[in-house]
Amino acid sequence: MIYLELFAVFFKIGLLTIGGGLSSLPLLQEQCLQSGWIGEGEFMDMLAISQSTPGPIGINMATFTGYKVAAFPGAVVATAGMVAPSIIIIVLIAAFIRDFDRRPLVRHLMSGFRPAAVGLIAAATLLIFTGAVYDLPGLLRGAEPACNPVTLLLFAGLLVLHRLRKWHPALFLLIGAAAGAILC
Amino acid sequence: MRELWTLFSVFFRIGLFTVGGGGYAMLPMLRREIVERYGWLSDPDLLNIYAIGQSTPGVIAVNTATFVGYRRRGICGSLAATAGIVVPSLLVISLISVFFAEFREIELVARAFAGIRIAITVLLIYIVAGMFKKAAPDIFSLLVLLLAFFLVAAGIVPVVWAILGGGVAGMLYYPLRDRTRAARATSETGESATAEASADKPEDGA
Repeated sequence: MIYLELFAVFFKIGLLTIGGGLSSLPLLQEQCLQSGWIGEGEFMDMLAISQSTPGPIGINMATFTGYKVAAFPGAVVATAGMVAPSIIIIVLIAAFIRDFDRRPLVRHLMSGFRPAAVGLIAAATLLIFTGAVYDLPGLLRGAEPACNPVTLLLFAGLLVLHRLRKWHPALFLLIGAAAGAILC
Repeated sequence: MRELWTLFSVFFRIGLFTVGGGGYAMLPMLRREIVERYGWLSDPDLLNIYAIGQSTPGVIAVNTATFVGYRRRGICGSLAATAGIVVPSLLVISLISVFFAEFREIELVARAFAGIRIAITVLLIYIVAGMFKKAAPDIFSLLVLLLAFFLVAAGIVPVVWAILGGGVAGMLYYPLRDRTRAARATSETGESATAEASADKPEDGA
C-alpha cells in the first residue's frame, strides 16, 4: 500500500537525518529519485520552494513528495513518517537519559556524523550542479557535455552576487527566477 | 488541555515564521516565546534541549518541539508541539502542490525555474563552504568528509552507509586518540596528566 511505503521511506529519512538543517538533503535526494516518485528537475524546484516557505526544509520536502504521490493524505503520511523517529527517540531520551549530549559516546558519534553529513551534502550539491548548471562529472569521465553559456554566466553572476550581498535565500532565489525568466 | 493548545499554537507560530535556514533560524523566536513569554524553561535549559536536538536523529526543529512539549505535558505535549510545528508546512506546501504541476509547465515559469535552479546551486555551495570548517576541524574529520563525498558522489556507496560509517569511525577513532594523548602526556611529563588529556574532548563546536 502506498501509504505504508511513503511512511516507511520518510521514517528512514527522518531517522538518518542527523545534525543541522540540510542533513536531510542527501537522503531525500537519493530516496525520492530512486523511488521514481520525483524527477530530477522536479526535485530541484521543490527544494527551492521548500527553502522559501515556512517550516523546516525536510518537512516541506516530505509534504511535497507525499502530496505528489498520494494527494493530501499522502502529504500527511509522509510528514508523519518523517517526524515519528524524532518523537520516539526524543521522548525516550527526555524520559530516561540525562546529559545526553555530554556523553562521550554521543560526542564521538557526532564528531563522525558531522563531517560525513557535510561530505554528503556536498555530493548532493554536485548532483544538483550537474542538473542545473553543467555536467561536471560527465566531463571528468571523458564525455563532452553540452555547454550553455547563458547558464554558466548566470551561475558565475549569482556566485559573485551572493558573495557581495547576503540576502535572504528566498529573495536570492527570486532574483534567480527573474534572471532565468529574462535570460534563459 | 488548555496548555496542549498553547503548545500547539506557539509551535505553529514558530513553524510559520521560520522560513528557510533550517532549525537555526528558529532559535531566537524559540527563546522569545518559551523563555521570555511563557517562562516554560530557563535559557540554559532551552539551549541544552536545542543542543540535544542537534545530536539526535531527526529534523532539529521537530526534535526541539518534541522535547519542549514533553517537558511541559509528557507525550501528549510532545505530540501537540510537533503537530504545531509541521502544520504550517503541511498547509502551505499542500496548497502550492495543487498548482505546482501545471504551473511548472508554463513556459515563462519553466525559464524562471531554470534560473532558480542555478540560484539554489549557488546557495548550496555557500552553505557547504560555510559548514566546512566547523565540521572538519581536524585531519580525521576532513578524511571522513572527503571519503563520504567521494563514495556517494561516485555512486559507490548508498547514503545510509556513509552516514553510519562516519558515526562508527568517530566512535572508534576519538577514544583511541584521547587515550594515545593521555599516554603520551603521562610519559612526557612523568606525572599523571591523564585528567588533563582526557578533558581534551573532540571538537564538536555546538
